[in-house]
Amino acid sequence: MYSGFKVMIGLEVHAQITSLKTKLFCSCPSNYREKAPNTNVCPVCLGLPGSLPVLNKKAIEEAVKVALALNSTPNKVLIFTRKHYFYPDLPKNYQISQYDGVGSAPLAKGGYIVISPTRGVEKVVRIRRINVEEDPGRIVYPYGSISASPYSLIDYNRSGIALLEIVTEPDLESPREARCFILKLLSILEHLGVTDPKLEGAVRVDANVSVGGGERVEIKNIGSPKDVEKALAYEIARQLSIIRSGGKVIRETRHWDKSKGVTIAGRAKELEEDYRYFPDPDLPAIPIDKSLIDKLLSELPELPDERVNRLIQKYGLTRYVASVIVTSGKDLADFFEEVVRQCGSPQLVSSILVNELLRWVDELNVDLREGIKRLNKDRLCKIISYYNNNLINIKLLKNYIKEVIVNNAEPEALVRQGYVTIRDYRVLEAVIDEVIRENPKAVSDALKNPKVINYLVGQVMLKTKCRADPRITNELIVRRLRSLGNVS
Amino acid sequence: MDREVLTLSGLRAKLAENPRFLYEYIEFIYDVIDAIEGKVKAFITLRGKDDVLREADRVVDKLIEGRAGRLAGALLAVKDNIVTKGLRTTCASKILSDFIPPYNATVVERILREDAIIIGKTNMDEFAMGSTTENSAFFPTRNPWDLSRVPGGSSGGSAAAVSALEATAALGTDTGGSVRAPAAFTATVGLKPTYGLVSRYGLIAYASSMDQVGPIGRTVTDVSIILDVISGRDVKDATSAHSRGGYCEAAVEPFKVLHPKLRVAVIEELVVEGVEKPVKHSFLRTLRKLESNGIEVVWLSMPISRYSLPAYYIIAMAEASSNLARYDGIRYGFHESVEGRSWYEVYTNVRTRGFGKEVKRRILLGSFVLSAGYYDEYYLRASKVRKIVRDSLLAILREHDAVISPTMPVLPPKLGERIADPLKLYAIDINTVLANLAGVPAISIPSDIVNDLPVAVQLIGNEFDEVSLVALARVVEGIINLAPLVPPLVRRYV
Repeated sequence: MYSGFKVMIGLEVHAQITSLKTKLFCSCPSNYREKAPNTNVCPVCLGLPGSLPVLNKKAIEEAVKVALALNSTPNKVLIFTRKHYFYPDLPKNYQISQYDGVGSAPLAKGGYIVISPTRGVEKVVRIRRINVEEDPGRIVYPYGSISASPYSLIDYNRSGIALLEIVTEPDLESPREARCFILKLLSILEHLGVTDPKLEGAVRVDANVSVGGGERVEIKNIGSPKDVEKALAYEIARQLSIIRSGGKVIRETRHWDKSKGVTIAGRAKELEEDYRYFPDPDLPAIPIDKSLIDKLLSELPELPDERVNRLIQKYGLTRYVASVIVTSGKDLADFFEEVVRQCGSPQLVSSILVNELLRWVDELNVDLREGIKRLNKDRLCKIISYYNNNLINIKLLKNYIKEVIVNNAEPEALVRQGYVTIRDYRVLEAVIDEVIRENPKAVSDALKNPKVINYLVGQVMLKTKCRADPRITNELIVRRLRSLGNVS
Repeated sequence: MDREVLTLSGLRAKLAENPRFLYEYIEFIYDVIDAIEGKVKAFITLRGKDDVLREADRVVDKLIEGRAGRLAGALLAVKDNIVTKGLRTTCASKILSDFIPPYNATVVERILREDAIIIGKTNMDEFAMGSTTENSAFFPTRNPWDLSRVPGGSSGGSAAAVSALEATAALGTDTGGSVRAPAAFTATVGLKPTYGLVSRYGLIAYASSMDQVGPIGRTVTDVSIILDVISGRDVKDATSAHSRGGYCEAAVEPFKVLHPKLRVAVIEELVVEGVEKPVKHSFLRTLRKLESNGIEVVWLSMPISRYSLPAYYIIAMAEASSNLARYDGIRYGFHESVEGRSWYEVYTNVRTRGFGKEVKRRILLGSFVLSAGYYDEYYLRASKVRKIVRDSLLAILREHDAVISPTMPVLPPKLGERIADPLKLYAIDINTVLANLAGVPAISIPSDIVNDLPVAVQLIGNEFDEVSLVALARVVEGIINLAPLVPPLVRRYV
């Protein structure tokens, strides 16, 4: 609820089936990224006169795997349907897609994903349907944006890439839930090996949102879970302010302007667009046999929910920490298990990943994969062994992690630079003398109230850049205070 | 030229004896073309004689070495909606008037692999929409039997070229009768194969669920030879199927595949309604000839057939509206200046100026029958009729060797006679659309000359049983004993 208004959000997630070697209906490579424009094309994906689509059979298996993992029911036959609309990125001016209507059917209907938007809370988000379809080409604005470009260019390299469209029921009630849903979904797709969400443009989201039972607004083409959260938060605030000032939200399509952090009006949606769906006569219906489903079911890999349970049982993690690790991406969960396999300490490792790595990656706005690359297994295991051997304290450990991720520092180099815990009594006593001299008020307070000792320890830490061993420092301060007066 | 070598089978026999005869044959064909093409206008793009002679050198070498393909020396005319690499392919439309395809259709690959020589690309109704070849964006083709009359369509150029001796044989395409209608009007043989027997890859789509490439030749044997070459599964066409082959053998020795007690069905609805008197009388005479040669003729009724024409047009137009959406002038074809215009305006201009009237009519009607709220009433209903037509026809074909009917209910109309009224024009497809709706094969063979104009019968066969169909057609052709016919226009060349 937002100031007493109910928010309803439904998502359409478009995820490329990046595991395929070729496009959905032709033999062009599926890896279109970083190729010269319009070089990854053929008569079929350019829609040249006379060309015909031929289904990539592997795509069916990949799509059915996704349906099964989302608890969705695959249709008994695979039917492709033409969806007609004119747009320059669509070479045939129709998209080969699927449709839920007479004579047509989506790949699968129903299903759900359980998300955990806050610690201890679980929520079921229902899936409406899953479609397989072809990706259009890409419109390129040579000067960055539509408004700044006097003309636009079209690159068909992406045209015909296999795409899954996963549509939810409007069960989500906040931007945070929407982000959680997408993260969970992407983790499932990653664990299945169907989609690599880290590839640029592999996942795009359309979000539908209504506030207080008003008209729904569709925000098109959002590129990341984080942006979905931001775009929805902006859009809800926008709609709320319209409602509060007595206005009415109109039904429309808006676009997310990432750089400005706002949604911008697109075309008004007074009428439902007429896509003139009809079954594609070029692609005969293909049965999805029970035997195929059974085979795929038996081959399903470990999925995020099972993995969370295993992490809890095997390593004693809390459900919250295990979920964060798994839904942050398969890479992170794999990294966690690899590190623990080599150097143990699952509690410490999980805490480092959840509290330090994710934080720095977020703050620096770098890819999680890049963060993992910098904080690699060798470096992390070294840091943990320094900690376990009392070479560094917990505060230094956190600084090491930061240095490694932010500045790509080598842990050994930090040690060589002497950036280790000070346990030498003489060195520490000299610092303590200084602190006592500079803080007469605190010292006299500490003599009355032992809690103030922590403040003095903190001052020592400050002077030593966290290098002082906290236990020894504490001990030495207590000893010095005793010699100064009576400490209880 | 010796009449014997006018057929593909005759030419093959002659070239087997004397490979160098090919040069003489090419000279002959070009002599005819030079003399009459200006009147008939069968070709949109005609290849130069020098090009063809150069290609012939290779074929002659192969013939001499005894490694020539099954179509060696055949000069084939190819309908201009079948893509040919590097050779302009227009669909007789302004919108594709400068389109040079970067690839070959599978059927083109297959005829070239068997050493056929493509002599040119033939005129047609724009995007195969029409039954007279008057809907070409460039010019109408005329019937070699009477230049004031249409050659039929939409493969009118292909049929006229074969009829007027401008080509050995031809490839046409048939969505609702477009191979059979012009074959009937020009006294040639035209075969529409079972849907899926011939790959559609590279055939520019009109109505994808009914389009088929089919051969046009001077005899049943000739079209069977070509069918042997072009048929069969193609990995590039998901709707294509395996071919049994052996069509040529079946035509040469029909009684090896046929049983002796032949029985054909006449669907009375196809003979009673809208058939012109001379055509009807000629058809009845043909039936009597067949009966006197021991073929049983059974009259029966197929009430659903009266709905086949509307069902056909609804489905064809719906698919056409979808298939023709891609012509926007952006990637290929006719284009308009984009300067200062939105993409939407450019599309509108290109499509307004690039498409002809009939094409626009079918796109509009097709869009209508697919639109929300009308889909169930039109497209779905038409699909149901289609299913019933197919089931009824297959039931008849289980009991009979073929269904026989006049191919066209009328004699070749004069130019301009039918085109003014679309409904009158659509009506002449009444007998041919059945085979396309049902997906079964059908062949048109010349059966008579009435008032100096060709009349033809159509035999509809069982799906994927072209072997029996061409065998039966050869038997009927033998009984009628007319082929090969040469129109008066070119008789002095033979």
